[in-house]
Amino acid sequence: MAEKKIVDACGSFCPGPLMELIVALKSSQIGDELEVLSSDKGSANDIPEWVRKVGHEYISATEADGVWHITIRKSK
Amino acid sequence: MKILIIGGGTGGTILANNLARRLTSELKSGKARIIMLSASDKHMYQPGLLYLAIGRMTPDELYRDQASLLEPGILFQVDPVEEFMLDDNRVRTRSGKTHDYDILVIATGSRMFPEGIPGLAEHAETFYTEESALKMLKRLQSFEGGKVVIAVGVPHKCPMAPLEITFMLHDYFKDRGLGDKVQLHYTYPINRVHSLENVAKWAAPEMDRLGITYETFFNIKEVDGEKKILHSEEGVEVNYDLLISIPAHKGMEVLEKNDLGQNGWIPTNRTKLNMEGRSNVFVCGDTSNIPISKAGSTAHFEADTLGENIAAIVKMGAPVREYDGKVFCFIEAGKDRATYAMFDYQAPPDPKAPTKAVHWFKMAYNQLYWVSARGLL
Repeated sequence: MAEKKIVDACGSFCPGPLMELIVALKSSQIGDELEVLSSDKGSANDIPEWVRKVGHEYISATEADGVWHITIRKSK
Repeated sequence: MKILIIGGGTGGTILANNLARRLTSELKSGKARIIMLSASDKHMYQPGLLYLAIGRMTPDELYRDQASLLEPGILFQVDPVEEFMLDDNRVRTRSGKTHDYDILVIATGSRMFPEGIPGLAEHAETFYTEESALKMLKRLQSFEGGKVVIAVGVPHKCPMAPLEITFMLHDYFKDRGLGDKVQLHYTYPINRVHSLENVAKWAAPEMDRLGITYETFFNIKEVDGEKKILHSEEGVEVNYDLLISIPAHKGMEVLEKNDLGQNGWIPTNRTKLNMEGRSNVFVCGDTSNIPISKAGSTAHFEADTLGENIAAIVKMGAPVREYDGKVFCFIEAGKDRATYAMFDYQAPPDPKAPTKAVHWFKMAYNQLYWVSARGLL
C-alpha cells in the first residue's frame, strides 16, 4: 500500500534537500508520495526539474511561512 | 578555565594558536588552560593532495610535526576522543583517560566515504588521502588515452577540487602530448556544474572552451568496474576508461557513534558557532552542518571568530562577535592559471577570468600555509 513520507530538509541548503530526497526514494516503494520540506527557495526549482528528468511524478510545490513543501510520487 | 580542543587540523590548530596568544597572561597565571587532543602527531596540508595526484608536490611537502606548529603553553596529546559526555562536560579518549572542560571545541574534520556507493572505492581513483593520491598519480602516468570521467558526489571537502582537478588534468594530458587522445567528461549531482551558481556560470563556458564535456543531475548510483560503466540514480550510464571520483564525504565516525549529528555533521549555530543546544560546545571547520563550503579557509575564518570569542568569554564572560560566513577559495584553472571565489552569507562569489598571477599566489600560499596554521597569517 502506497505511503506518504515527509522528508524534512529544513535548514539544509542546495543541494542538501535534493540529496535527502534521493536517499528517501531509495527506501520507498513505487506509488509512495514524498513531501520534501525545504527552507531553501532553490529547491522549488531544482527538485521538480530533477523529478521530471528521472521520470517520477511531480505533484506540487507550495510555500508557507518560509518553508517549501514539494510533493512528488515515486513512479519507477 | 579549561579549554579543550578536539582535532589538530586547520581549524583546531589556528584556533589553539590564536587563543594562546590572546590568553598569554591567563595561561601563565593558570587562570586558563588549552589542551588539544588529536589523532595524529603530524599535520597535513590537505590542499597539497591535489598537486600530489598529478606529480607537482611530493608527500614530504605535505607534512609538519603538529607539536612544532603550536604556541608554547598549549598542551598537545595524541590521544583521540572516543566518547563525548556533554552533559558532564567530559570526554574519554582512546587511552582511557578522561578530560573535563569548561569550553569544548570540536574540530575533527571530515572524510571521504566512497564505500557508500557500490564499486566506487574499488574502481575509482581519488586524491583525498596520501595513499589514494599516489595511486592516482601512477594510474595517470600509465594512462595513454581514452575517456576520463570525473564524477562528483556531495557534500565533499574542498569545494573547488572537482573543477581544479578537471582543468589541471586537461593541461596534464596536453603536456604529455595526449590532448587529442583523452576525452574529459565531468558529472555533477545538481543541474549545473558547481553548487555555487556564479562559480558554475564561470566554469561551464571554460569547460566548453577546452572541449570538456559534462552531464548535470548525475548522482552516482554504482560503478560496474568489469564493464567500466558508471550508473547514475537518474538512469544514465557513462562509459569510462579511467574513473576519477570526488566521493561524498561524512563527518568523523566518532561523532556518528556518539550521536552528535547525522552523518557526523554537528548541528551548529551559523553565526555563534556553538553546537545547537550547548552554550559551551563550539564547532569549527568541516565538522559543522552549516551549509557553506567545507574548506580550509572556512575553518580558518571560523577559528578567528572563535579565538576572539572564547578569549572574550575567559576575560569578560561573553563572546563579542559573530561569524559572517566568510570563505575564500583559490580555483586552479589549469597548470598555470587560477582565479578565486570569495563569499559570505550575504555576498555570493564572483570569479574573474583566471590569471597567472593568481596561480602564483596560490603556489606561494602552498608554502605560506604553515604560517597560517600557526595563526600568524
